Amino acid sequence: MKPLHIKNGRVIDPANRIDEVRDVFIVDGKISAKPPSDGVEVIDATGKLVAPGLIDIHVHLREPGRGDKETIETGTRCAARGGFTSVVCMPNTSPVADNTGTIAFIKQRTAEVGCVNVFPTGAISKELKGEELAPIGSLRRAGVVAITDDGNCVQNNELMRRAVEYARMFSLPVLDHCQDYNLVADGVMNEGYWSTALGLRGWPAAGEDVIVARNILLAEQADWWIHCQHLSSARSVELIRQAKKRGVKISAEACPHHFTLTDECLKTYDTNFKMNPPLRTERDREAVLEGLADATIECIASDHAPHCTYEKEVEFDLAPFGIIGLETELALSLELVRRKLLTLSQLIEKFTVNPARLLSLQKGTLSAGADGDVTIIDPDPEWTYDVEQSASKARNSPFHGWKLKGRAVVTIVGGKIVWQENRVS
Amino acid sequence: MKTDWQRKDLLSIQDLSVDEINTVLDTAAAFKQVGKRTIKKVPSLRGKTLVNLFIEPSTRTRISFELAAKRLSADVINITATASSIAKGETLKDTALNLQALNTDIIVIRHSAAGAPHFLARLLKASVINAGDGAHEHPTQALLDALTIREKKGRIEGLNVTILGDILYSRVARSNIWLLTKLGARVTLAGPSTLVPRVFEQFGCRVTYDIEEAIRGADVINLLRIQHERQRETMFPSIGEYTAMFGLNKERFARTKPDALIMHPGPINRGVEIDSEIADCNRSVILEQVTNGLAVRMAVLFLCSGGQMSEP
Repeated sequence: MKPLHIKNGRVIDPANRIDEVRDVFIVDGKISAKPPSDGVEVIDATGKLVAPGLIDIHVHLREPGRGDKETIETGTRCAARGGFTSVVCMPNTSPVADNTGTIAFIKQRTAEVGCVNVFPTGAISKELKGEELAPIGSLRRAGVVAITDDGNCVQNNELMRRAVEYARMFSLPVLDHCQDYNLVADGVMNEGYWSTALGLRGWPAAGEDVIVARNILLAEQADWWIHCQHLSSARSVELIRQAKKRGVKISAEACPHHFTLTDECLKTYDTNFKMNPPLRTERDREAVLEGLADATIECIASDHAPHCTYEKEVEFDLAPFGIIGLETELALSLELVRRKLLTLSQLIEKFTVNPARLLSLQKGTLSAGADGDVTIIDPDPEWTYDVEQSASKARNSPFHGWKLKGRAVVTIVGGKIVWQENRVS
Repeated sequence: MKTDWQRKDLLSIQDLSVDEINTVLDTAAAFKQVGKRTIKKVPSLRGKTLVNLFIEPSTRTRISFELAAKRLSADVINITATASSIAKGETLKDTALNLQALNTDIIVIRHSAAGAPHFLARLLKASVINAGDGAHEHPTQALLDALTIREKKGRIEGLNVTILGDILYSRVARSNIWLLTKLGARVTLAGPSTLVPRVFEQFGCRVTYDIEEAIRGADVINLLRIQHERQRETMFPSIGEYTAMFGLNKERFARTKPDALIMHPGPINRGVEIDSEIADCNRSVILEQVTNGLAVRMAVLFLCSGGQMSEP
């Protein structure tokens, strides 16, 4: 592995409050303050952005168990193409990541075939059933960075309370997919005008808000971190905003589809617009944008959820929730900078230092000595997303055929180039 | 009479223009005359194959489509979910592709999932006719209701039409709302607030929870059944309470306009949403709706197959 000299790029390193043109060096897989002596590979980053390697804290790699949807190999390649050097994978695999063996398997497969860093999460409850706690301490030892029942939501408030109190002992944040099962029942899209017009069963925003409020109260009581995943509703954003003002250990993420699309997109019954939580109204979309702009929402994540094409090619009610997102995430997020909702630094923060801080990852900075994870971004080129060319095994993207602007041109993990535009890897 | 009907599919009323709606109604009126002849059959769809793909149970609509197709001389096959490979786990897509491989010309689909007809229409070259998809639409029901109102009242524009009952889960209500508002009727929706959410006001309807007021000025009262099969359990306390609060009983009936039509898409639940005697009274057009359903379905099959009205 040659030392790297990334030359003349606009370096954006929010952790160090840097936004200036300078060079970045990587020697022996680490960021180096000094230029390497010889045998250097030079990457000309003139006119490009050089950021700490991007982190996506919410992806489904489907392995073990559903290698027909995605594998650690294809999922991490997809991440690399999208500019992500680290991903946090969710525990709703088969078997569920509620045991140390599954975590060990994920780590081993990542070492064998993963091209970016994979940080596993463990389940809150055994088999994600929401009934008994999973062995959270053992999962911590096995290397999980958080616990979550993602895909499911713990309905039993007492169990959630104990999970948060218990996880605090191990400094593990609790990530929650906020969904009240009674309110949501069999809802398949946002409840409102469009669900009524389309005759599809509604998933009311209150079904998310109730759990966000619950999480705020439990985080406050336990004085420990609950992170609300993929906020989609205006009220949820407002609840988090108010809770943060009084210092509650609560945090949140938003997904590009929630701040880009609305429930009107479902009018063709295209199952690639079916996700959980669902696309909501324009008002909700704007509220998520406001939440990102005023730092109520500190992370952006894809909720990359690959499914087989045949699984999505069914009646809308029967299709699984979720879309792939790793390859479109950065371009859709750069739109926030172009619309002046965020500065570049503020955007990069949500992909680097903020998720790293939340999950205590030794990542997300270009400080000397840090891991040599770097993403080089060209913010300007226009390109069309062709899902048929995706590195993912899956094709379930609502952004197929979209004209996007800006993309990762080089992705470097531990000093190794894992993705470079126009270069066959 | 030349028509400007260009569609191969009938998926929803929401998509249709006023002209298209009138084309169907005029064509249906002509076909209704055919039904009065001694020989009720015309050769319009001779050599064409129609499949009734009924993934959700139905009596009236399936028989009506079957008979309509037969009166047009099409070959008809009926498929129900329990008696097909869907029960063996075959997907709707695969079932449909198999039907296409058999050169089916028209697929009439009834499905519990909203949007299933749109899914098929995107997939297939055959005509797809929506015979009811979940709580979304039931276009031929709204068309036959309109034909019935037009026959009895001579017009639709300017009429006060009250739709009473379970609106939220009703595809009949949605198709009727689109059609009636397009044709200039004033639509009032009434029923329990849990089943008649205010969001329907955005469809150009009036929503009220005062049944007396809802039926008082109505020229047409369309009663809907409680759709137990689609409902969540907590929508209202009991059938008894529903009947007491919203059922069309004799006392309420006495306060309606003397020429108000009583309609119901069926199946009716006597003594629940409608008093048994009112269902059978001379202002009830429930069975005429069924007769008109046949004519409307003949018209729809005919038009979606590219038929022009010179024949019947």
